[in-house]
Amino acid sequence: MPSTDAAALVDLADLGLDEGGDLLVDRGLGGLAPGRRLTVTGRHPALRVHLGAWCRSHGHRLIEGNPPPGGAGWADSALDGGTLMIEKGGSGERRWAGAERAGSAAGPPDARADARWGLAARGALVEAGGPPIGAQWSEREHVWADIAPKLYAAAAAAQWDPATAVDWTAPIDAVPPEIERTVVQIMTYLVENEQAALIIPARLLSQLHPHYREVMQLLATQAADEARHVEVFTRRGLLSGGPLGTSSAGGRASLATLLNEPDFTTASFLLSVLGEGTFLDLLRFLHDHAPDPVTADVTRLALRDEARHVAFGVAHTAHLAGSDPAYLGTLRRSVERRHAALQDTAGLNAEVFDSLVLLAAGSWQPSAIRRGWQAVRDLQARMDEGRRRRLAAIGFPDDEAAELSALHTRNFM
Amino acid sequence: MGGLLLGAVAYDPKVVTIWDGFRGWLRDSAGFDFDYVLYSNYERQVSGLVDGRIDVAWNSPLAWVRARRLAAARGVPLTPVTMRDTDCDLRSVVVVRADSPVRALADLAGRVVATGAVDSPQATLLPLSLLRSAGLSPGLDVQVKRFDIGVGLHGDHIGGEREAARALFATGPAEQADAACMIDSNLLLFGREGALPVGATRVLAQTPAYDHCTMTAGPSADAAAVARFGELLLGMDYADASLRPLLDLEGLKEWRPPRLSGYQQLERAVDEAGFYDRDGVITAKDYRP
Repeated sequence: MPSTDAAALVDLADLGLDEGGDLLVDRGLGGLAPGRRLTVTGRHPALRVHLGAWCRSHGHRLIEGNPPPGGAGWADSALDGGTLMIEKGGSGERRWAGAERAGSAAGPPDARADARWGLAARGALVEAGGPPIGAQWSEREHVWADIAPKLYAAAAAAQWDPATAVDWTAPIDAVPPEIERTVVQIMTYLVENEQAALIIPARLLSQLHPHYREVMQLLATQAADEARHVEVFTRRGLLSGGPLGTSSAGGRASLATLLNEPDFTTASFLLSVLGEGTFLDLLRFLHDHAPDPVTADVTRLALRDEARHVAFGVAHTAHLAGSDPAYLGTLRRSVERRHAALQDTAGLNAEVFDSLVLLAAGSWQPSAIRRGWQAVRDLQARMDEGRRRRLAAIGFPDDEAAELSALHTRNFM
Repeated sequence: MGGLLLGAVAYDPKVVTIWDGFRGWLRDSAGFDFDYVLYSNYERQVSGLVDGRIDVAWNSPLAWVRARRLAAARGVPLTPVTMRDTDCDLRSVVVVRADSPVRALADLAGRVVATGAVDSPQATLLPLSLLRSAGLSPGLDVQVKRFDIGVGLHGDHIGGEREAARALFATGPAEQADAACMIDSNLLLFGREGALPVGATRVLAQTPAYDHCTMTAGPSADAAAVARFGELLLGMDYADASLRPLLDLEGLKEWRPPRLSGYQQLERAVDEAGFYDRDGVITAKDYRP
């Protein structure tokens, strides 16, 4: 026998259901089990009419009084609100019968993200049904690193404005024209590489299950970082008013192999651990040999961002290799495959290499060129040492790390 | 047991989504041989049902009235199958501006009443019958300003009702109506969406409760298939995530066993208006579905 709960009463005063009164009614019904009754009082002139229609469309039942005899319409006096009673239907409960939590909001994220959770926030109560998300990466081991939340927080705090973080008014007049041309060539090369480094995290991001929220956010900041790098390197390249430098077929071929890498972890490994890891040394070199404050600024700012990208790449790859040591074989094969694909290409643009030498030399004097040449050799040695160190951190034995480092592209990225 | 071919009227693009979805569920999940065809208007669908071109029709209340009359005249059987929970106990209302001097239906004498399309049960036929019960003859005692949008769809298209509601507040005296007729749920909807300003209207009168759509099997339908079809519809569970979006689109939480007690009011309204004759022949002069 349906009954009215003692406290199940909602007074709408003069509020109509056409201006939000249904929220109060819904709230009143919320605490009741299906079949229980709610008393609604109010003074809105159309309350009875509104409530009848609202109950019907929401699966509840308005308990009607006796209609006037004879089949005629209700008398005018019966139209007003007064005291009405609703018997709660069960559709609200049935809508949520198959609902489940999309993991825990506080984390850690689940080992496997259900495609049916779709775009729901982690920890949300997800109504059953709706389109599954077509994310390719939905297993924690294949995308996660415990440091991801901290790295994202650091990345969010370290975003800088290209318009103000660099003093674009600093003079470059003192840079000799031939050195300026090396800077322009290097900036042209950097833009090309940073565009690849933007597209790859953006592509990984688009296929990542959003349950791994912190990784998604980190990849978004990584793409935003690279967007800024593209901007500041382009702007520095054009600062002296001349045309940009050259783009070699071999350099672009090397980057194309990165874009084509289908796996999340191997793409992250090749780009961030090996490529951006190598770029840390390159950017430091450019900063140390910068012939002007703008070049020093843009390389310093980019270096800071790239260090985060490398940190995630190493941490994630180590995380996966730690749980599945056989994955080291997959990583090794990705390096070998890329090397094989590039062995018939020139690798680094010769004009970029020459520009690095001249930049470090500072002039065309033979003795200076010798010094510049040696500086670039030292740079390559530091790059190799850094790669071997990161490969070892991931889990490769030292000899294998050295072997794989030697197979890395001559294009640096 | 044979299959069933259902007819539905394409009053909105969502009808395809709804019946494609139900068709998939009935065939794939329930193994029931089911298909559907769409009609542009209810009159042709009713003819198709009674002539046996379709086995089952998803009928408007007015379509049920005509189907019943046609079938009776020809001596062929019709079987009610099911209806939606939202088809039970609807009311239509006659609304005036809040500051209107009109206090009772009889006060509408000599005034303009806006209605929906000529074939809308809820926004034309039933409210005009309510006026007659108050002694007013539409067209004689009151001027009827009819908004014929979606004629042939038996009021499923909301456009006529919305225009009738707007006519209450039309700026030009020639366009303005003194009262407007609509179903109770649209009174609420028009208020919520702002077509009727909040606090600016008053419900003058409402009809007794009546029923709306009903699923009807015709003479060509296999009785066992009809029974199975009814069971399957009644068994559709709102908790089923594959069905819930379809039920939401179709506007119900559950299918209910059919009842035929809620159409007397409309039968009377049809007779009063001379819309169909007793054999289901269309007699309304200005009706071109």
